[in-house]
Amino acid sequence: MEILVCARRVPDASENEIELNIAGNDIEREEFVYSVNEADNYAVEEALQIRDRVGGNVTVVTVDGEEGEEILRRELAMGANQAALVSDEAFNGSDGEGVATILKAFVQKGHYHLILTGVQADDGAAQVGGMLAAMLDYPFASLVNSISVEEGKLKVSREIEGGNKEMNEIDLPCVLSIQTGINEPRYVGMRGIRQVASVPIPTSTAADLGVDHGAVGEAAAKVKRVDYFVPAASKGAEMLHGSREENADKVLELVAAKGGLK
Amino acid sequence: MPLLRAQRDPRFDQPFVRLGGVFKFWLGQWKHPRYKFAGTLHILIFAGFILLALRAFTVLIVGVSQNFVMPGLSGRTGEIYDLVTDYAATVVFLCMVVAAGRRLIFKPARYALPAKYGKGHTADAVFLLGLIALLMVADSLFAASRSAGHLQQGQPAEALAALSLPWMLQIAIGSMPLATLRELNVGAYLVHEIAFYFLLCYRPFGIQFHVETSLFSIYFSKLERGTLKPVRWGVSDEHLDQVKSFGVKTFEDFTWKHMLDFYSCADCGRCADNCPANTVGRPLAPRFLTTKARDYVFQHYPVSGKANNGKPLIGNVYSEDEIWSCTTCGACEEECPLLVEYIDKIVDLRRGMIDDGNVPQSLQKPLKALESRGNPYGKIEKKRGDWAKTPEFLQDNKVKVLDGKNGADTLYFVDSITSYDDRMQSIGRATARILTRLGKNFGILGAAERDSGHEVRRFGEEMLFTALRDHNTEAIKASGVQRIVTADPHAFNALKHDYKDVPPVEHISQVLAREARAGNLRFNAADNWLENRDRVYAYHDPCYLGRHNQVYDDPRDVLDAIPGLHRVEMKRSRDRSFCCGGGGLMLFYEPKEEQRMGVVRVRMAAEAGANVIVTACPFCMVNVEDAIKVAGMEGKMSVIDLAEVVDQHMVCEGGPAQTEKLEAATVGG
Repeated sequence: MEILVCARRVPDASENEIELNIAGNDIEREEFVYSVNEADNYAVEEALQIRDRVGGNVTVVTVDGEEGEEILRRELAMGANQAALVSDEAFNGSDGEGVATILKAFVQKGHYHLILTGVQADDGAAQVGGMLAAMLDYPFASLVNSISVEEGKLKVSREIEGGNKEMNEIDLPCVLSIQTGINEPRYVGMRGIRQVASVPIPTSTAADLGVDHGAVGEAAAKVKRVDYFVPAASKGAEMLHGSREENADKVLELVAAKGGLK
Repeated sequence: MPLLRAQRDPRFDQPFVRLGGVFKFWLGQWKHPRYKFAGTLHILIFAGFILLALRAFTVLIVGVSQNFVMPGLSGRTGEIYDLVTDYAATVVFLCMVVAAGRRLIFKPARYALPAKYGKGHTADAVFLLGLIALLMVADSLFAASRSAGHLQQGQPAEALAALSLPWMLQIAIGSMPLATLRELNVGAYLVHEIAFYFLLCYRPFGIQFHVETSLFSIYFSKLERGTLKPVRWGVSDEHLDQVKSFGVKTFEDFTWKHMLDFYSCADCGRCADNCPANTVGRPLAPRFLTTKARDYVFQHYPVSGKANNGKPLIGNVYSEDEIWSCTTCGACEEECPLLVEYIDKIVDLRRGMIDDGNVPQSLQKPLKALESRGNPYGKIEKKRGDWAKTPEFLQDNKVKVLDGKNGADTLYFVDSITSYDDRMQSIGRATARILTRLGKNFGILGAAERDSGHEVRRFGEEMLFTALRDHNTEAIKASGVQRIVTADPHAFNALKHDYKDVPPVEHISQVLAREARAGNLRFNAADNWLENRDRVYAYHDPCYLGRHNQVYDDPRDVLDAIPGLHRVEMKRSRDRSFCCGGGGLMLFYEPKEEQRMGVVRVRMAAEAGANVIVTACPFCMVNVEDAIKVAGMEGKMSVIDLAEVVDQHMVCEGGPAQTEKLEAATVGG
């Protein structure tokens, strides 16, 4: 099975202190370190496991500047067969629809049976997967937390409210957005990354993919970020100040009062 | 046979030191008295064996040539030797009876084998004990019947040692007819020889073989504490990239010495008995690492038939959790009478898992953060020195950052946890205050410091460790310091043993002990008497200060130099200290266990009558502090770092001491 995973490089929330810049319209990015978006990493691991079960190839693609290579190397070290960087100045400032347009062009240059994305980027809006499926006219399932391969189709389970699971059959080719926790991604150390340091990563530009400059980039974006702010702390949290036993009793009482205990 | 297919391991250096080890640990049975009763039994049996070895061969030759006498054992010497061996045989015989009694009736818990590992070794052990006892009886009967025969014939008889087994047998059979005595004599001879040869042939298949193999495994034992074996012996760091596979994945990835260990283990269970992971119910007991590997050898390398390296060890012989459960505290290695190594094997198995990407999710984030930020918490590098910038601290102290503009002769290496953890930062400030008051010209690396990588390496991530080490080495060299001080035993061990070409490093307790002996460290007695009146201190030995680096007395001497400080010892202290739960990345690992090591440790302190635990390691502090809460002993027990104790009690020359009020200061008083 030919599998494409769309991954993104994001500032890792656990390794950065997110602070607003002085102007207040963006976050301070100077000291940031980046890593592959967590949900995307799960998607790559899932693709590798499917490949190891049924055969085929895993390609990881990212739309980014040159820095995008950093996460592509990491995914190659994990075991992906190929990586592809899609990069063009014309793409800067694209909104979700713009990114989906770029990815659609990339998908149509190849032959993929299955396209995976993470459920959402740490700094994203969980929209590219669905839009990409619509543009390709492929079926789409979101929040997928297990996949089994059957003849010409997949059986996927989705996470629904309240921790329940819903089983679906979905025809191939399709797009799935992968929920974290679907597997346990393997570890990639420095040694693995060094071993793929010289693997060539092809770059595709707008011209290579035949993407119309007018359809992507900042000018074409219909969604624009206008502000960043830290929400004011709201009231409603009740601090318990008793002894351990008193607090335990109080918590029990509060949970019972809200209907949490039956 | 598998030893020939094993990995390299250069152990042929320092022959005199190694021979010394053989005399001490093999002939001298150095570790045995750590278990008083079993150890004494073992020493007696071993001594008996050594003495009787000569006699066994003499008896063998006497069967062919009746008047044979071992060269050098004629006349008076021979008589004395015979008397001594009469007693030796008796003592060994009695030891066999007692040992069988222990195995069959008292059954010490450390010999027990969980059902999942197959049947226990009691049958094998008792069979061997019986065999040896038979050998002793046959040997004694041979001597007794010969002596009795000679007596009846009026010939000069060999004197038998009074009250010994041969002596008693001689009395018992003395009145038997001469013919019977002759038959007994020949019978005893045959039984002796058959038992003797059977034993020789049987040994390699049972635990008895350890007598021979241990001679080699002790000779080739590891000589340097606190160190780790490289990924591959003979491959330098620069060439590591060319090594195809890291660590131990299949059996033949072990070094020959580590394989020899598997043969040598006598399965006495002392390692597991002292292993904190085993004590708290983690799925790890050192002895089973060995015995499972030995079973694997017997299955895959038959005496006749094709050798077979077989499947990956992880998942087939060992479980992942088993290998991650080890805190590398070294209690097992300290205890083992045969000097079997465990930490290097554990680390090699981890290297193999890391190489395969097989790492628990809980460890992946801190490892990634160490790679990108140089600390496991993912905190920003430029805030690494912020612990020294609190307003109260700055009033009296200024810690230099050695960034090229400032120079100093001493570097205080802080390491990640003390730099970033709110509670541990107080250890950093206490250490800095002490160094300032002692008039040391010191500084820190600040943002240029990275994690020492001590646990990174012990968790098997060698390449990440190398990157951290190289970064720190460069920064240390650039700072131009002549010595390094640290308050973190893990950083201490890393800088001392894992780093090369850095200035000499000391733990703060060593500096303090030296200054105290020189009279430079003075403590305020009057206040202390009041403050310490109701406090009983117990010092907890951090594994990487104590066992791995043998610093036991310095921290104790410092505490004892404080007037009015009442200190007790826990039952398990010094080289038998009980690990608090492990440091570095171990704080991120989520083990399967029945209780926390820290809780067990805190209870030990309470049992010793202490209400303040003094540690000299920030990781011990984390674990013990948590354990006090988990055990519900808040208010009854507190924990404080050695540097903080000294900081609180130290007399400050020229001005009041500015110390931090810690929770511990309010406990018990």
